[in-house]
Amino acid sequence: MPDIIKPTDVDQTREAVAWAFAENKTLEVRGSGSKISLGRTLAEMPVLDLSALSGVTLYEPGELVLTAGAGTPLRDIQKLLSENAQRLAFEPMDMAAVLGGDKGDGTVGGMIACNIAGPRRISAGAARDHILGVKGISGRGESFKSGGRVVKNVTGYDMSKLMTGSYGTLGALTEITLKVLPRPEKAWTLLLLGLDDTAAIKALAQAAGSSHEVSGLAHVPQGRAARSGVSYVRDAGCAVTAIRVEGPGPSVEHRLASLRRELAAFGDMEELHSHNSAGLWQEIRDVSLLTQGTQLWRLSVTPSEGARVVNEIANVIAGVETVYDWAGGLIWLSLPAQDDAGHEIVRASVNNVGGHATLIRADATVRRKVPVFHPQAKPVADLSRRIKEGLDPHGVFNPGRMVDGL
Amino acid sequence: MKMPAPDEAVLARRDELITALRVIVPGEGVITDDLELSVYESDGLTAYRQRPMAAVLPETVDQVSRILRLCAQIGCKVVPRGAGTSLSGGSLPVVDGIVLGLGKFNKVLEIDYDNRCVVVQPGVTNLGITNAVSAEGFYYAPDPSSQIACSIGGNVAENAGGVHCLKYGLTANNVLGVELVLMNGDVMRLGGKHLDSEGYDLLGILTGSEGLLGVITEVTVRILKSPETARALLIGFPTVESAGECVASVINAGIIPGGMEMMDKYAIEAAEAFCHAGYPLDVEALLIVELDGPEVEVDYLIAEVERMARECGAENVRASTSEEERMTFWAGRKAAFPAVGRLSPDYYCMDGTIPRNKLPIVLRRIAELSEHYGLRVANVFHAGDGNLHPLILYDANNPGELEKTEEFGSEILKLCVEVGGVLTGEHGVGVEKRDLMDTMFDEDDLKHQQRVKCAFDPDGALNPGKVFPVLHRCAELGRVHVHKGQHRFPDIPRF
Ligand SMILES: Cc1cc2nc3c(=O)[nH]c(=O)nc-3n(C[C@H](O)[C@H](O)[C@H](O)COP(=O)(O)OP(=O)(O)OC[C@H]3O[C@@H](n4cnc5c(N)ncnc54)[C@H](O)[C@@H]3O)c2cc1C
Repeated sequence: MPDIIKPTDVDQTREAVAWAFAENKTLEVRGSGSKISLGRTLAEMPVLDLSALSGVTLYEPGELVLTAGAGTPLRDIQKLLSENAQRLAFEPMDMAAVLGGDKGDGTVGGMIACNIAGPRRISAGAARDHILGVKGISGRGESFKSGGRVVKNVTGYDMSKLMTGSYGTLGALTEITLKVLPRPEKAWTLLLLGLDDTAAIKALAQAAGSSHEVSGLAHVPQGRAARSGVSYVRDAGCAVTAIRVEGPGPSVEHRLASLRRELAAFGDMEELHSHNSAGLWQEIRDVSLLTQGTQLWRLSVTPSEGARVVNEIANVIAGVETVYDWAGGLIWLSLPAQDDAGHEIVRASVNNVGGHATLIRADATVRRKVPVFHPQAKPVADLSRRIKEGLDPHGVFNPGRMVDGL
Repeated sequence: MKMPAPDEAVLARRDELITALRVIVPGEGVITDDLELSVYESDGLTAYRQRPMAAVLPETVDQVSRILRLCAQIGCKVVPRGAGTSLSGGSLPVVDGIVLGLGKFNKVLEIDYDNRCVVVQPGVTNLGITNAVSAEGFYYAPDPSSQIACSIGGNVAENAGGVHCLKYGLTANNVLGVELVLMNGDVMRLGGKHLDSEGYDLLGILTGSEGLLGVITEVTVRILKSPETARALLIGFPTVESAGECVASVINAGIIPGGMEMMDKYAIEAAEAFCHAGYPLDVEALLIVELDGPEVEVDYLIAEVERMARECGAENVRASTSEEERMTFWAGRKAAFPAVGRLSPDYYCMDGTIPRNKLPIVLRRIAELSEHYGLRVANVFHAGDGNLHPLILYDANNPGELEKTEEFGSEILKLCVEVGGVLTGEHGVGVEKRDLMDTMFDEDDLKHQQRVKCAFDPDGALNPGKVFPVLHRCAELGRVHVHKGQHRFPDIPRF
């Protein structure tokens, strides 16, 4: 069993890191451990458990701002926001369905470290677009902060964004300030029925290019749709292409009616209202419609090319299953387990159109061998290495989690 | 304003540098003539001027890369420049450096409606992007007031904002990718047409980095379909407090307007005198709220906001009934800077952000300071996101008045920080607020930011004298200090 160091405040966190820095020890930075298997497999090392840095320290609904200790469970934050008819607009996915564990266990620090987003990424952005400020400890054992509690802020470098999506390799975050937004009155979904992947992406592109402020654009191929808990989707007997509209009541009805007219050429349609709509988007968000237990890739690509990428991969690897989000720009792709996770094929297809692929789920041995994150061009990789060396010169935090040897 | 002392050794090599630059950029792209150079002496913060050794206007990425490598070798500093509209002295030249102007990078490279994005060179103006796609009904959302002139490269470097950013996000939220050249000549792509970039968010740290990290040579931005309709409300309030209350009610009700701008009495009077927009003159604060979307939504929300405004004590509410009227409502706000400028030989535009609910206190304190300094102030406010632009009126010809104005400005910005806000919402730190950085950040905070700078530009050659009050040498920042006692494991719960 590795050592677990569990600081109860910021000072202790700093002391722990300073100790590791001085002693040339490495630390695995952990919130609740819900995303422990995301990233390259780490060697065994002492764990810096930040789950005690928990609690919302500032929440002003009228100012649309919330500050919490990095170890605060996301579940608590979402409950609090929901009580005030607000939400995290970037719709962070819950990774329990994909990685195992209990729903809602993740911490806000983990969410930021992995730059989690959901279907609303297309209109609202990702975690990186909603972080206003951070406090943390760098690999030097020194405190630093960045940003503030207001949305409009260009004072100094946006270190908060740099920390977001750095998988805990640049700093141990202790406090996070987020922009929060009101929950719209209504959310409805238009379903287009029976489209193949290519046609679906065309339809989604048309909806994305409309003025209807759509907030979800996904395509669920036939076999996956049949697994839905939403009866309309499950019983449709075909693929469903989903377009979500949110806003004040009259507006949603109007926009949905317009979309129906504009997309009439794509054939049969159905509507999902509040509860059913929410159910489907949660399934899409959490990737719960794909076969579990397989290897899972997350592809971020030029949206219009989504179907082409999948075709290329499916031509070579048997048993590929997919769900498309972000109008084709996000592809969740599962495949039967193989030693190399098909990484060369997957990445070559992605490189053809522009984008990157992350191996989200695979055995520890595979995640040790196969680059989990998309290999970068040399100048970018070199620059990233220099940033890491500047903020964590001894390589204290999560060594090797993103890139071998870093 | 103190700039780093020029390096005499570099100044002495000016001829050699110019000869070498001319090899890289043939023809008229290297400017050395005193008169022509005077164009590049300052930016939108006209109180400061400095003459660079030369200005270079490359046309290709390869030229940019070679220029930077050359300058790195010689130790010559480089100040990237877009359109030179920075209000914080971001593109103010340095004496022992060159200005690298991106003016010739002015092409729209690709319009991709299928992926709702546009690829442009950095010298294309902000409005130029919208103009390139408006025939198809699309637009680029972030809209700084300087949008006719400012370049998209400068927007990325400053993370520019605008009226529409309340609903549609800042530059940072609308840029998908860039091509970037580092001081060592490395050319790289960050992001692309896909929505998120892999690895560290280098695009995120670059946006708003004020030309200190690298030279942007291409930008991919997201475009949006224009809303079906837009209508605006012009609302007069008897007090600043009641206007502030109205802003809060709108936001609390879950309404995020396309734009929500406030002006105080003095700004209203100036704007009205300048462009006769029909602003009420018997009010203390004016709010312009724009709602956009389908007509049913807009009409519904206009009625909602109007109701809230009246509940907050608004006496004077007008809703635009035509596109022409909507534009008239905005005309005064959009011309607020020049309108105020007309009342005084000079004006100084401040740019702090505060938590919205602190507005009444902050305006009261500004009024007190105004009295104290004997300088008038007009306030223009991006009310929805708390970004305040006090415009201080002064006369630079009166000895000491510029200094007094700057002192007053600093007091305002410190006040913004004191109430939980920040020094700059969209104009950047530049040289202007450089020496105030310690009101927000301690030594360690700034050192960590500079360590990021070192990863991009280890010799501190790009845009020196900006953002950081003291630019530490990277060797010093990289040094590893271990303090006594750290070797002992601290007293922390362990399992
Ligand atoms: C009347 C007026 C109104 C304004 N209104 C607004 C407003 O509403 N919102 C707002 O945000 N700003 C506003 N500004 C400020 C200014 O227009 C913005 O900061 C704008 O983004 C600067 O763009 P620019 O092309 O003029 O950049 P410049 O002034 O040339 O440069 C600004 C900074 O960017 C760097 N830079 C420029 N191009 C590049 C590049 N290609 N690569 C790397 N670094 C580069 C420079 O080194 C400098 O640090 C206003 C200015 C004026 C004069």
